[in-house]
Amino acid sequence: MIRIPCPFCGPRDHAEFSYGGDGSITYPALDAPLEAWHDAVFLRENICGRQVETWQHVHGCRLWLKVERDTMSHEIYSVTPADPALAKVLEGGE
Amino acid sequence: MTARRLDQGGRIDRATPLTFRWDGKELTGYAGDTLASALMANGERVLGRSFKYHRPRGIMSAGVEESGAIVSVGQGARQEPNVKATMQELYEGLETRGQNAWPNVRRDLGAVNGLFGRFLAAGFYYKTFMGVPLFEWGRGTGLWMKYETLIRKAAGMGRASREADPDQYDHAHAFCDVLVVGGGPAGLRAALTAAEAGRDVILVEQDFELGGDLLNDPAGEAERGALVRSVERAGVRVMTRTTAFGLYDMGVAGLVERVSDHLSAPAAYLPRQRFWTVRAGATVLATGALERSVAFGGNDRPGVMTANSGRSYLNRYGILPGERIVVATTNDSAYVTAGELAAAGAEVTIAEARNAPGCELPAGVTLRTGVAPLKAEGRSKLRALRLARPNGAGWQAAGREACDLLLVSGGWSPVVNLASHRGVKPEWDAELACFLAGDCDEPVYMAGSAAGVWTREACETSGVEVAKRAMGLASNPPAAGGWTAPIRPLYEVRLPGRKAKAFVDPQHDVTCSDVRLAHQEGFVSVEHLKRYTTLGMATDQGKMGNIIGLALMAEALGKEIPAVGTTRFRPPYTPVAIGALAGRNVHGHFKPLRRTPLHDWNLRQGATMTDAGLWHRPWYFAGPGETLGDAYVREAATVRQTVGICDVSSLGKIAVQGPDAAEFLNRVYTNGFAKLAIGKARYGIMLRDDGMVMDDGTTWRIGEADFLMTTTTTNAGRVMVWLEELLQLRWPELKVHVTSVTDQWAGVSVAGPKSRAVVAACLRDPDSVSHETLPFMGVAPVVLRDGTEGLIARISFSGELAFELYVPGNYGEAMMEQLWTAAARHEGCLYGLEALGTLRIEKGHVTGAELDGRVTIRDAGLGGMASTKKPYIGKALQERPELQRPDRPRLVGILPKDRSKTFNGGALLCKPGAQSGFGEGWVTAVTHSPALGHWIGLGYISGGHDQWVGQLAIAADPVRGEPVEVEIVSPHMFDPEGVRMHG
Repeated sequence: MIRIPCPFCGPRDHAEFSYGGDGSITYPALDAPLEAWHDAVFLRENICGRQVETWQHVHGCRLWLKVERDTMSHEIYSVTPADPALAKVLEGGE
Repeated sequence: MTARRLDQGGRIDRATPLTFRWDGKELTGYAGDTLASALMANGERVLGRSFKYHRPRGIMSAGVEESGAIVSVGQGARQEPNVKATMQELYEGLETRGQNAWPNVRRDLGAVNGLFGRFLAAGFYYKTFMGVPLFEWGRGTGLWMKYETLIRKAAGMGRASREADPDQYDHAHAFCDVLVVGGGPAGLRAALTAAEAGRDVILVEQDFELGGDLLNDPAGEAERGALVRSVERAGVRVMTRTTAFGLYDMGVAGLVERVSDHLSAPAAYLPRQRFWTVRAGATVLATGALERSVAFGGNDRPGVMTANSGRSYLNRYGILPGERIVVATTNDSAYVTAGELAAAGAEVTIAEARNAPGCELPAGVTLRTGVAPLKAEGRSKLRALRLARPNGAGWQAAGREACDLLLVSGGWSPVVNLASHRGVKPEWDAELACFLAGDCDEPVYMAGSAAGVWTREACETSGVEVAKRAMGLASNPPAAGGWTAPIRPLYEVRLPGRKAKAFVDPQHDVTCSDVRLAHQEGFVSVEHLKRYTTLGMATDQGKMGNIIGLALMAEALGKEIPAVGTTRFRPPYTPVAIGALAGRNVHGHFKPLRRTPLHDWNLRQGATMTDAGLWHRPWYFAGPGETLGDAYVREAATVRQTVGICDVSSLGKIAVQGPDAAEFLNRVYTNGFAKLAIGKARYGIMLRDDGMVMDDGTTWRIGEADFLMTTTTTNAGRVMVWLEELLQLRWPELKVHVTSVTDQWAGVSVAGPKSRAVVAACLRDPDSVSHETLPFMGVAPVVLRDGTEGLIARISFSGELAFELYVPGNYGEAMMEQLWTAAARHEGCLYGLEALGTLRIEKGHVTGAELDGRVTIRDAGLGGMASTKKPYIGKALQERPELQRPDRPRLVGILPKDRSKTFNGGALLCKPGAQSGFGEGWVTAVTHSPALGHWIGLGYISGGHDQWVGQLAIAADPVRGEPVEVEIVSPHMFDPEGVRMHG
C-alpha cells in the first residue's frame, strides 16, 4: 500500500503504477556482445535496503520513473522522470 | 448456569422486544442485546459443539475472543457460518442455528468422538493413517485421501452457503491525520485530544456502541455519555461496527464496516459491508486487553466464562448469569465483578490463587485464598468446581464448591495484534504476565490497556498523552501496570498423574496434553508447535489460547516464556468476508470489458461472442440450427470460396510518429524498417531483451515521420508500455512519440477471392484497390462512397486476397453496412475468431498460442525475418548457445495419420512407445480444415518437421482421451506458395 509521489501527478497509490525493474542497470548498445547483454538482463543484486527501481505511472501520466526505495521499509527517497530531458523540464529547467 | 434476565438495569431497551429464532425455536430478546446475551437470558446453555470432540460448549466471553458460542447465522444464500454469538447484534427476525452437530447442539451424536479422545490427539491422523502398513502399505496416498474426507466431515466448523453471495459490498477510501482504533476510555480520550488540537481524526470501534469497558460499568455511564458527546462535537469521524483488521505499510489501515448486518430489513441501496482503506498520518491503538482463562479440567464446560464477561452480562445486558458463582482469579481485576454480582443477588465465592487479595473484599462475597480451579464438573451444565492448592511445585486437591457459574481471570493480554502486523515484536513483561508491544519505528502508538495500563483513570491519561505523542508533542504517558498487588502468573492447574481434558485452545480442541505431546515429539519451536497442534489457528487466531500454550511449552523446555518467543500475528484481526475484499469487482465488473465500435452491429448479426483479453469479439455467427463446429467450418470455407468480413478493431494500434520513428522501429523489430516506403506495410516481429519473441504485427508507413503499428489484441497494452520504456529509459535521444489509437479506429478484414470486388463497391474510386494501385502490402488513404475517410492496407492473415479497412470508430457501423451489402451480392459471410483461427492454422500463421514467451524467432519458423545487417532488441541474447540447439522444438503442422480422427490442443507429442515425461513437443492449436477436409493442428516438436519425415508421432493426452498417431509436416499446410494471397 505504498504511495509514490509522481513528479507530474503528485502522490498516488501504487496501484496506479506498474513496477519495471532494476533502475541501476545501464543497458549495453544493441550491438554489444552477448556477455554484456547477459549481465545486464540476468544479473541482479538482491538488495536489502535502498535501491533504485523503475516504475511507470501507467494509469496516470505514463511517465517512466526512477524511484529510490528502501526494500525493507518501503520508504521512498526520491522519484524522478527516467527521461533526463523531462526531468529537467519538471524541475523548472529548460 | 442458571441465568435470568433482571427486571431492570443494563443497556438493553426492554420496551423494544425482538423476536429471533435459535435452532427453529422462537425466542425473544431486546434491542441492545447480542445474540449471546439474548440466548443466555433465555436459559440456552449449550450453543456449540467443539471442533474434534464435539464437546458441548456455551458462552465463554462477551467479545471477539469468543470460542464457545460459535453459530451459523442467516439462511439460504445468506447463511454465514462461524459467527461469534457475542459479536452478533440481535435484530428482529434473526435466524440462527447451532453448527458442527447432529441432530443439534444439545444432543449431538458426534459426541462419541469424545470417547476416543486419546486417539485424536495432536497429529493423530498423520500418525494413524499415513504410511502405516496396516492401512496403506504399498498403496500410495489414495486411501489416505479417503480417510481424510471422513475425518474432515466429523471434525469441523459450520458450513457456508453453496449459493452465490447475493449481497453487495463497497470499497471506500479515507484519509485522516490520526486514526484511533478502539472506542474505550483510552481511545475516546485520544480521539478527543487530537480533534481538539485541530487534527482530522477517525475513531474506529468494532462494537455497536462507544465506551469499551465503560459499557460494563453503570457508574461510568454519565462520564461515558459526556465523553462521547464531546468526541462528536469535536468533529471526530466515528465509525462504530467497524473493525480495523490490519495495519499495512505507510500508515494504511484496512477496516471492515458492517453496514447492514444488524438490520432485519436493510434498504436495497445499502451494501452489507464496506471495506475501507484508510491512510492515517498517525495511528493510536487503543485496542484494549483480552482476559484469558487458565487450563484446568473441563475449563470448556458451559458455565465457565472469563470473569469480566460476567460483569458485562450483568451490567450491559441486565442478566444475572448465575446464582451460585465462583470467581477464580489470579489478580485484582475480578473483585469488582464479584462484588457487583453479589449485590445483584448471586451467592459469590472468590477462589483467589494468591495467598491474599490485593484489594478490599466486596460486601457479601466469600473469599478462599491460595486455591485455584482444578476441575469443572458437570456435562452440559456446570455443577461444581473442584479446587486445588499449591503443593511444592505442583498442586493438591482442596475441596469442592457447588456452583452454576465459574468466572475465571487468568490475567489480561493486551491486544498487540495490529502492532504485530507492522513487525513490532511483542515483549514479555514478567511482572504483568503479558506481552506488550515493543517500539515501533512507524507512527503507531499503543494506548490504554493495549499498552498494559490497567486502571481506568490511567487509561484515560494514557489516551490523552499518547494522542499528544501521535501529534509530535511532548507527552508523558503512564507506565504499564496499576494493580496494587501483583498478579500470580497461572496457566495450568493439574494433579500429578491425573488425566484431565484441559483446553488451551478450545476452538481447535487443543489440550495441555497435546502441547506436551508436541514437545515430546520434538516440535519445540513455537512455529512448529502451532502447526502440529493447530493451536491458535482457529477463527480466533489464538486470542484465547496462545499464551497458555507458550507457557506450557516454556515449562516443558525448562525455559522462560520470552525464550520460547511468540508467533507473529497477521491480518486479519477478526475474519473478513471474501465478499468485502472483492467489493464491486465481481461478475461483469471483475475486469473491465472492452467493446469494439462494431460490437452492437456484430450482435445484431447474431454473433456469439468470446473473450479475447479484455475484449469481447465475435466467436462465430451461427446460421439457423448451426453449432459452433458447423458455423466456423462454413465461415472458413466461404472465405476461401468467395469472401468473408471479420471485425479486427481490437488489434492494438499505436501511432509511432516523429523524425526518428523509422530508426526506432528499426531497433525494435528484428527485420528492417528504416527503408520501408511510404504507402507500404511490413510484417514485423519484436523480441524481448532475452531474445524470446514478444509480439508480431504489421506496421504501416503513412508518411515520412508517421507510422501506424498494429499489435496482437492481447499484447497491445504490453507493447505500448515497452515502447514507452524504450523511449524514456533507454533512448531518450530519439525524437519519437507513441500514442495508443486502438479505440480511435474501427477495423475490418475483408478476405477471399471476391474481397476486392466487395471493397471496390464501397469506395468512391474503385480503382484505388486495383492490383496496380494497391499491390500486396500496399497502404493508402481511401474515401468510402458516403465520404468517410479511412485507411486501407492489402494484408492477409487468412492467406487469401485480403484487405484491412479502417475508419474512425464512430463510422464503423456505416462502413459495415456498406461492406455487408456488397458482400451479400457475392454470397459472402461474416466470420468470427474460430474461423479466423482455422484460416491461420491452415496457413501456419502464429498467434499467442504459438508465441507463448518461450520461443525464439527461429523456433517459430520465422528465422528469415531476423536481420543479419543491423542490431535490434534481443539480437544478442537470442544467440545464446542453448537457443541454437538443433533439437529445440520448432513450429510444425500436424495431421492425424487416420484422417478421420482428431486430437486435442495441449496434447503432448511423443515418440511412439515413449509416452512419458515431457515428450518431444506439444500441440498449440487444432481445427477442422474445410480446405483440406480433415482435422489439422499446429505445434512444436523437437527438431522441426525435417527431423520427422517418414516418422509418426503420438499426440498423447491421457487425461482427456486416447493417444492419436500423427504426421509431422510443414506448418504451411494450405497454399504454401501463397498464390491466392498475391492474386
